[in-house]
Amino acid sequence: MSLKYITPAERFKKYLPKDYVELVDYGPFGKTQEEAGPGNMGQFKELVEEHPMCSGCWMAYYIRLIFASLPNPEDTVTLGTAGCGRLAISQAAVPFIYGNYGDQNAMASGLTRAFRLRFPDKTKDVITIAGDGGTMDIGFSMTMHSWIRGEKFTTIMLDNEVYGNTGGQSSGMSPQGAILKMAPKGKDFGKMPATELARAAGCVYTVRMSPTNIKKAAKIIRRAIFVAREVGPTFIHAYTSCNIEYSIPTHEVFADAKAQEKDRFTFEEYMTDEAKEVIERVEAEEKAARMARKAQKTEAVN
Amino acid sequence: MSPNPEKKLEKTLVDINYLLKEAPREKHFITGAQAMAEAVKRASVDMAIAYPITPQSEVMHLVGDIYAQGHIKEYYRAEEELGTMSAIAGAARAGVRLFTATSGPGLLRGLEAIVSWPGHRVPAVLGILTRVINAPLSIQPDNIEMAYMMHCGAVMLHAENQQDTFDFTLAAFAIAEKVDVYIPVAVATEGFFVTHAKGYVEMTPEDMALNEFDPVAAPVPAMDNETPPARIQRDAPVQKSNFMSYLIHAVWQQEIWDSNKRAMKYIYEYLGGPIEVKNPESEVFLIASGCAAAQAREAWRYAQEAGLSVGLIKVRAIRPFPIDEIRDAVKNAKSIIVPEHNIIGWLCKEVKAAIPNGGIVTEGPRVYGGMTLPVELIMKEIHNSLGLEYDLKL
Ligand code: SF4
Repeated sequence: MSLKYITPAERFKKYLPKDYVELVDYGPFGKTQEEAGPGNMGQFKELVEEHPMCSGCWMAYYIRLIFASLPNPEDTVTLGTAGCGRLAISQAAVPFIYGNYGDQNAMASGLTRAFRLRFPDKTKDVITIAGDGGTMDIGFSMTMHSWIRGEKFTTIMLDNEVYGNTGGQSSGMSPQGAILKMAPKGKDFGKMPATELARAAGCVYTVRMSPTNIKKAAKIIRRAIFVAREVGPTFIHAYTSCNIEYSIPTHEVFADAKAQEKDRFTFEEYMTDEAKEVIERVEAEEKAARMARKAQKTEAVN
Repeated sequence: MSPNPEKKLEKTLVDINYLLKEAPREKHFITGAQAMAEAVKRASVDMAIAYPITPQSEVMHLVGDIYAQGHIKEYYRAEEELGTMSAIAGAARAGVRLFTATSGPGLLRGLEAIVSWPGHRVPAVLGILTRVINAPLSIQPDNIEMAYMMHCGAVMLHAENQQDTFDFTLAAFAIAEKVDVYIPVAVATEGFFVTHAKGYVEMTPEDMALNEFDPVAAPVPAMDNETPPARIQRDAPVQKSNFMSYLIHAVWQQEIWDSNKRAMKYIYEYLGGPIEVKNPESEVFLIASGCAAAQAREAWRYAQEAGLSVGLIKVRAIRPFPIDEIRDAVKNAKSIIVPEHNIIGWLCKEVKAAIPNGGIVTEGPRVYGGMTLPVELIMKEIHNSLGLEYDLKL
């Protein structure tokens, strides 16, 4: 396991920032989801703890969730582009590559292939995490072509339906009629059909969701990563509202996410037969491992 | 396409000094595009990413063929140039040796990603097979795009002919990967005039290749989660306070340009220096690079036959620009002529800025957008400089 690369030499440990040492000692590296997954958030040293995003930003919550759900954080690399989400992702304790505007999926194509060359016997998870602008507007061609080429990595779109970081311009994912900067009379075309495009372009596993259920969101993230490892491109389209640009009071952010879940972001999961096989196998293995651990524990108690 | 490590060929791996200076060579009559691809074949390239544009396509076709033969482990056709150049930047983070090439408008399309390579410490080699970019669009040779590349920090070599193209491309990999350099190296040569024309190239054996890429010998570790110290974040944007942001960016940029300067000693080591000087005692000098250097060489030969005091300086390295070398070579010159294959005269501007007496520089002759550079135009400037009559017949 390449966790070694962050493990400090014992004698050096006392000189390192406490935060770093805690991450090595109490972080999720090498741990199971029961020990350090979203279900136990707040009880282990998380990969993203602090971020400079707006207070109550729903995107920040989901990003925290993504990192707590990673099946293999010690061997994961994330890529992103300009946007609010990047501010938190770049502070996570998982390598993050920031390229140019919207090119995260092109970079991930090169990175994933090169990893397979260098480490043919190892699993390296590559995940692009970008906003709706980076994924569906400026990066559209690179996103689509990475799917068309069948690149084996996961694309996560943080859809806040606006350009939050540059001050609230309309994006291809903004709803029709929304009055936003650069759409002063209301956006005059509808939301781009992201998951449909993903399926048409060859994604083998796609999900559209409003992540209000922590357990479900974590399961989806893990499914997308497991399938990408073996079968092909996977895509998660998640509603992560922008409470600033859409004027959603902080205490109503969750209620808004709930409402969207019933409306425009009803849960939609698609998988090919091959993807399904992987999911069933991996989840059965995980379950068996869980049971075995449980049995071991009971035995130890008795 | 999938990686084909199973096709790995048996090769003798050698260091660049042996490969460039001592290895046996055999003479071949090949095009510039072939020369570039043959160098890639001998460079133990891990991965090449392609996107077509005339006149570059030929190079990446041939690179595709050598991938199919097993000389390269991974190759694919990307979506367009920005995607290509971004993918190179992504793959570089995984610690592999990379090659791609482009031309004119393609270079401009990929420029946003390319200009970020030096800052990202991407030690890739970029072939630039030059062509027209300005409207009205044309697919003719012209090297104006090199002007746009000169300010990003990349090392830039300009090949005069097929032989240079082969040698410069091989040397480029070694220069890019030096720990004290570790920035991209661009090897430019003129589209069509060099890429599609044949010339003699002395080549090293096919079963001899450059030592493999060593991602650990790098000033920045690969982002492979394997190499301590941990590198959690690589060159993410600097967005702290304005002062911090300025400071961090400025320090990083200075380091990039210092890296660029540090490449000079390797240009001496592998290519014999950034310039070639003929007749150092002359009063009139021709200074040229790339294909224009070939034409200048021809004019210089005519001048020798006519007994005129004319020297020739061929510029091999555009970045780092050989300021000291040129200043020293022309310290006694009375006039300098800079023939070029572009309308703005980027080389002329560099030369003028390098010497204390820029007034002695004649701008041009220049051709742009397709024509070859007639030797007679250069001869006319030589005669003008010497105060002699010249009957120009084109
Ligand atoms: S601008 Fe919107 S999306 Fe960006 S951090 Fe603030 S609330 Fe979140």
